[in-house]
Amino acid sequence: MTTPTAPAPVAAGPSPRRSRRRSWTGWAFIGPFMAVFALVFLAPIAYSVYLSLFRDQLIGGNTFVGLENYTQALVDAQFWGALGRVSLFLAVQVPIMLFLALLVALAIDSGRLYGRDFFRVSIFLPYAVPAVVATLMWGFMYGNRFGLVGNINDAFGPTLPDPLSPDLVLASIGNIVTWEFVGYNMLIFYSALRVVPHTLYEAAQIDGAGQLRIITAIKLPAIRGALVIATIFSIIGSFQLFNEPSILRHLAPNAITTDFTPNLYTFSLAFRGQQHNYAATVAIIMGLITMAIAYAVQLRGMRKDV
Amino acid sequence: MTPPVRTPLRGLGMAAALLLGLTACGSGGESSADDVQAALEEGGKITVWAWEPTLKQVVKDFEAKHEGVDVELVNAGTGPDQYSALQNAIKAGSGVPDVAQIEYFALSQFAVAESVADLSSFGAADLDGTFSTGPWNSVNLSGGVYGVPMDSGPMALFYNKDIFDEHGIEVPTTWEEYVEAGRRLQEADSDVYITNDTGEPGLATSLIWQAGGKPYRVDGTDVTVDFTDEGSTAYAQTWQQLIDEDLVAPINSWTDEWFQAMADGTIATIPAGAWMPANLESSVAEGSGSWRAAPLPQWEEGASASAENGGSSLTVPEASQNKALAYAFIEYATVGEGVDTRLDNGAFPATNKHLESEEFLSREFEYFGGQQANKVFSESASNVVEGWSYLPYQVYANSIFNDTVGKAYVSDTTLAEGLQAWQEQSVEYGNQQGFSVNK
Repeated sequence: MTTPTAPAPVAAGPSPRRSRRRSWTGWAFIGPFMAVFALVFLAPIAYSVYLSLFRDQLIGGNTFVGLENYTQALVDAQFWGALGRVSLFLAVQVPIMLFLALLVALAIDSGRLYGRDFFRVSIFLPYAVPAVVATLMWGFMYGNRFGLVGNINDAFGPTLPDPLSPDLVLASIGNIVTWEFVGYNMLIFYSALRVVPHTLYEAAQIDGAGQLRIITAIKLPAIRGALVIATIFSIIGSFQLFNEPSILRHLAPNAITTDFTPNLYTFSLAFRGQQHNYAATVAIIMGLITMAIAYAVQLRGMRKDV
Repeated sequence: MTPPVRTPLRGLGMAAALLLGLTACGSGGESSADDVQAALEEGGKITVWAWEPTLKQVVKDFEAKHEGVDVELVNAGTGPDQYSALQNAIKAGSGVPDVAQIEYFALSQFAVAESVADLSSFGAADLDGTFSTGPWNSVNLSGGVYGVPMDSGPMALFYNKDIFDEHGIEVPTTWEEYVEAGRRLQEADSDVYITNDTGEPGLATSLIWQAGGKPYRVDGTDVTVDFTDEGSTAYAQTWQQLIDEDLVAPINSWTDEWFQAMADGTIATIPAGAWMPANLESSVAEGSGSWRAAPLPQWEEGASASAENGGSSLTVPEASQNKALAYAFIEYATVGEGVDTRLDNGAFPATNKHLESEEFLSREFEYFGGQQANKVFSESASNVVEGWSYLPYQVYANSIFNDTVGKAYVSDTTLAEGLQAWQEQSVEYGNQQGFSVNK
């Protein structure tokens, strides 16, 4: 805010004019950013909030309803069901994915892996495949009539359960997401590991520490920041789950409902049900929940750090 | 009840239309058939949103016939995708087409919101008697004519004759026989299914329609949803057997796999509207000569009831700035020369004149081994059970069909329970939208 200036002997007179000029200069610098920020970030949020206070009905038109949409959402079983589903997904898939990513990152960083660059690139490669393509690809493999599962069943007799049945479809989606994002998280962990000074490892070895001890005592504490970041990204990603279920829906319309995840529910409300206002409400509530949880994780991660 | 916010907007739109002089007329502000003629002479540009393939040629011919008229045909998606786009455009108040294809099941949703114009005054009211009953009743809503029937889908049973001959099974004439035929086919060859089904709202409602069920009753904004009537129950019980005994192939319709299954003999029959032959010819070419059309199996022995499945109308959105010219195009495409063009290209008519013409009836389908299949369809069109109506928000209801009824296909939930859940969610949505449902 205040810039260090040469001590002014006279406080009165030019001082107010100068401070006014200073504030203008500041605005000129952040102006372009503020304009874009307001346009693409604040305005849409403000508009969503505005929308969420109305209700547009087929019969009766558009009316101001205050917080009615919010009270409706708080008791909406479909919304909470969807949130429960992504929470389960978060609790199971994210630890598995981050553990695998960490394992691969540590393996590559260990320097004992033959063909290190090949592994690094090939594990990262799925991240470069667009989520839509990846889901289609996996969808065809999951197909028990036409895909890989179908072929295996044909060859060995019908033994495999249908990955696209209601009981298994969430796990199948988790598998796709894990495949997609292990490489991405691996890269975050790996780059964090690269900046750890190697002298620490040497010192530890001289003190008689084994590889496992080096990992738990040096490497993991060193990349705690990266772990927290990756966890936050994964939480946000899980809550925003949309592409995978929305594409697999075409293959398994009865297993993946229109309210499968909060985002899918919002989408269906807006584009199938013409309930734009209620969709905005659900989106805002979901955004707040995501922010709260991500923030809590960050606080916890930081506290450990200190 | 008038929407408080939309009214001034609509007034504004109409004022703008009058100012532009596009539909201006001398006879007291009411549009008339004369305006349509005047608009044709004056020319202009209209945008048509439709996915029906035979309209392409119709647009070309129409432009050639009327100098100065420019028609832009846009495929804005099929079915629900197009409705979403249309609803968004109407909500945004810009980019609204002048003509939009809307299926019969979806039309009342647009009519009740007054998103599409009542075409009575343009001359559509005089078309009574021109179209077969099913389609005409579907566009004739609460005293207005909100669209003009473009095609229709009287149902028939399409079956692969080779499969039935091979296993010595009679083509079923009742749904009871249909289930039995399904069992016998599976016994004879576990790769052969009587049909495919993974839960399709269009098929389910059409079969309930044929069974005489009237789950939806609509009187203005008073709506009743009841899936416990006799027709709905008959459907649920019969179809439940097909699902329980795994007699239906779990193949989604309109996928490559579906067409393949029809070609390689996995699927023995398809109950569908009269638009099916065009699909068979174009996508299941290998099946040529094997397939036939038969009357739909009956719920009661000896009856001849039928229902509509699919079919679309052409409508004029209320926000169109050139309604008279839009109507001129619709008239050309649905009752004028356009109909012949479309029939030549495989469309199925809704017009009595064509449905009853000797030339149409005696057409021999090479694909069906020379069968005069149109006789089956025409017979079906005249036997459509009367009194059916869709929900004024059927598009949404159909979008949650698989959430509810679909469960019956993949879990222990029964069809009856699924229909009950569908009913509950439909009621809830209707009441949220300001209708008075089941009250």
